[in-house]
Amino acid sequence: MTSLKLSVQIAWVHLVTKPKQTLIAMLGVTFGIGMFIAMVSMMTGLNDLTESLAMTSSPDIRIYHDVTTERKSIAEELNLNGITKVHHQKPKNESLKVRGAVKIAEQIRKHPLVKGASVLLNSQVFYNYGPVQLNGTIAGVDILEEDKLFDLKSKMKEGQIENLITNQDGILMGTGLAKKLSVRTGDRVVITTPQGFTKTLKIVGLFQMGIGAVDNVKSYANLGMVQTILEKEKSYITDVNVKLYDFKQAKAVAPEFQQAFGYKSEDWETANATMLLGVIIRNILTYSVAITLLIVAGFGIYNILSITIHNKMKDIAILKAMGFAGKDVKQIFMVQSLVIGFFGSLLGLLIGFVLSLLISRAPFDGGDFLSIEYLPVNFSSTYYMIGIVFGIVTTALAGYLPSRKAANIDPIEILRG
Amino acid sequence: MAVLKAHKISKYFYEPEKFQVLKEVDLSVDKGQFLALVGKSGCGKSTLMYVLSTMDTQYNGELEIAGTRLTDKHQNFLAGFRNKHIGFVFQFHYLLPEFTVLQNVMLPALKLGSKSKEEIEAKALEKLNILGMQEHARKMSSKLSGGQQQRVAIARALINDPDIIMGDEPTGNLDTYNSDLVFDIFSELTHTYKQTIIAVTHDESFAKRSDRVVEMSDGKIIHG
Ligand SMILES: Nc1ncnc2c1ncn2[C@@H]1O[C@H](COP(=O)(O)OP(=O)(O)OP(=O)(O)O)[C@@H](O)[C@H]1O
Ligand SMILES: [Mg+2]
Repeated sequence: MTSLKLSVQIAWVHLVTKPKQTLIAMLGVTFGIGMFIAMVSMMTGLNDLTESLAMTSSPDIRIYHDVTTERKSIAEELNLNGITKVHHQKPKNESLKVRGAVKIAEQIRKHPLVKGASVLLNSQVFYNYGPVQLNGTIAGVDILEEDKLFDLKSKMKEGQIENLITNQDGILMGTGLAKKLSVRTGDRVVITTPQGFTKTLKIVGLFQMGIGAVDNVKSYANLGMVQTILEKEKSYITDVNVKLYDFKQAKAVAPEFQQAFGYKSEDWETANATMLLGVIIRNILTYSVAITLLIVAGFGIYNILSITIHNKMKDIAILKAMGFAGKDVKQIFMVQSLVIGFFGSLLGLLIGFVLSLLISRAPFDGGDFLSIEYLPVNFSSTYYMIGIVFGIVTTALAGYLPSRKAANIDPIEILRG
Repeated sequence: MAVLKAHKISKYFYEPEKFQVLKEVDLSVDKGQFLALVGKSGCGKSTLMYVLSTMDTQYNGELEIAGTRLTDKHQNFLAGFRNKHIGFVFQFHYLLPEFTVLQNVMLPALKLGSKSKEEIEAKALEKLNILGMQEHARKMSSKLSGGQQQRVAIARALINDPDIIMGDEPTGNLDTYNSDLVFDIFSELTHTYKQTIIAVTHDESFAKRSDRVVEMSDGKIIHG
């Protein structure tokens, strides 16, 4: 123990008598860790936001009739033993209807992992307001059921969801869509179905999910009203939405429903694959940049320590002659690189924190895509732990080789002169 | 009573070609003896010193210091042994430049770790006093003259009360005045404190004033 204390003292003297070198080596680590913290805080902040938006904007599992699913052609069915190939087979003119949707929803509700299920009718429509005509979607829902699943109440910017119940011909419109149409609550808007049916509806509220892909195109209306304008029967349903207690199990549960009901059953991760790909890319980016920076810092430490050891050959020989063993010499230089690593990382954490703070305070316009005013920043302490461990491990690795070289220096060669 | 016993020490160098530097050297040194090792340049004096000092382990033969057999011992053991039993004085003074005179002298004792820091400091000052360097204790070691540095190096060699002090041309880099000074210190150490000293030297007057002169030639001891 006294031996370690002495090594630390000698290492300390080496460090403070060459303050410039020490500082440069330290700043290398500081820069690496600081950038890592700033980047990882920002990127994971964005990732968390993306993930939560992906989840709130789509059901955990959506069950619908996928008419684009590949099917066997008639020629293939009739000629079972031969080789038949039908090129460019067009989809059958099938209805999007999910048969027995209400029953399916009832059965799904009994599943132990399911929190709730609702049925709805989705359709493409044109929104007309004066000369403006926009493509969008309308969802016919039981608004109270929908609220149970998606907490719509908290997403309302104007009006209340109950307005839809008292107003058969009302709609709740996404804020982005309303802005494009330059309409407000109370205004009337004309919608046209793909079949050419036209109806005037009254906007009774505006909602905001916070994601352009929804807010810029979607409206909610009463199920019965949408069935009417599409000229469909009372049982016409296109989607069953499912919410689970634990959204992470969606991917595992979805195939079960597909098997049981014979309709396409899609989990939220698959539905938002493009959006979630960004999460993976951001993670890869963050860690590769951080590792690159740390490797560069590691080389800096390796270099500076190698130079120090080269300049201190005589001292090392003297120490060995006086009775310092190879391991004591190694200790002296390992302590130096660890001190550089520790204080460099600590300063890096501080700088990373300040940078993250600045980023989180800087106004940021999410544009059409995201409705945010500031960049989301994650201040989780986990990344600060990772940062300091990263920093110390890198410097330990970088310091090890020169330190071992110092330990193996043969004092005779140097003392001979 | 012999403090150091070397028996049939042989050593070869293999670069640039195989060649025997030391040829079955036998040497026994008594406690309190001031021994001067002399001989022509290249005869193997330094090489023998490095073997005797335990820093060089690549030799054949037997080495024993202060009753401990040192042949075939592990490097770490030998380092600890040097720390406690052997003091070094080199031709080039080799103090650690970033440390003060006092810190330099204290270092081997701190490494040994058998005394408190206060005791070590008191002892270091006492050793510096013997060498007339006490007033320079707080100076940086790099700020001293060559003769002064050599005296500090001797104080450092003495700090753990070693069984032997070894020097490879300890006065080789000093002027006559400082050489005489170092010689006086060595004789005082042997006669007053019963300190054993082995010093390689080219300085004839230095050799003449020692207790025993051992002369080497071509890897062998030919006299003494
Ligand atoms: N590392 C080595 N490799 C090969 N030969 C060496 C090595 N070191 C020394 N020698 C040779 O061994 C012989 C003895 O060298 P040594 O340094 O012991 O001589 P010395 O008696 O101390 O000489 P000097 O009085 O000049 O210091 C010399 O011929 C020298 O060239
Ligand atoms: Mg020599």
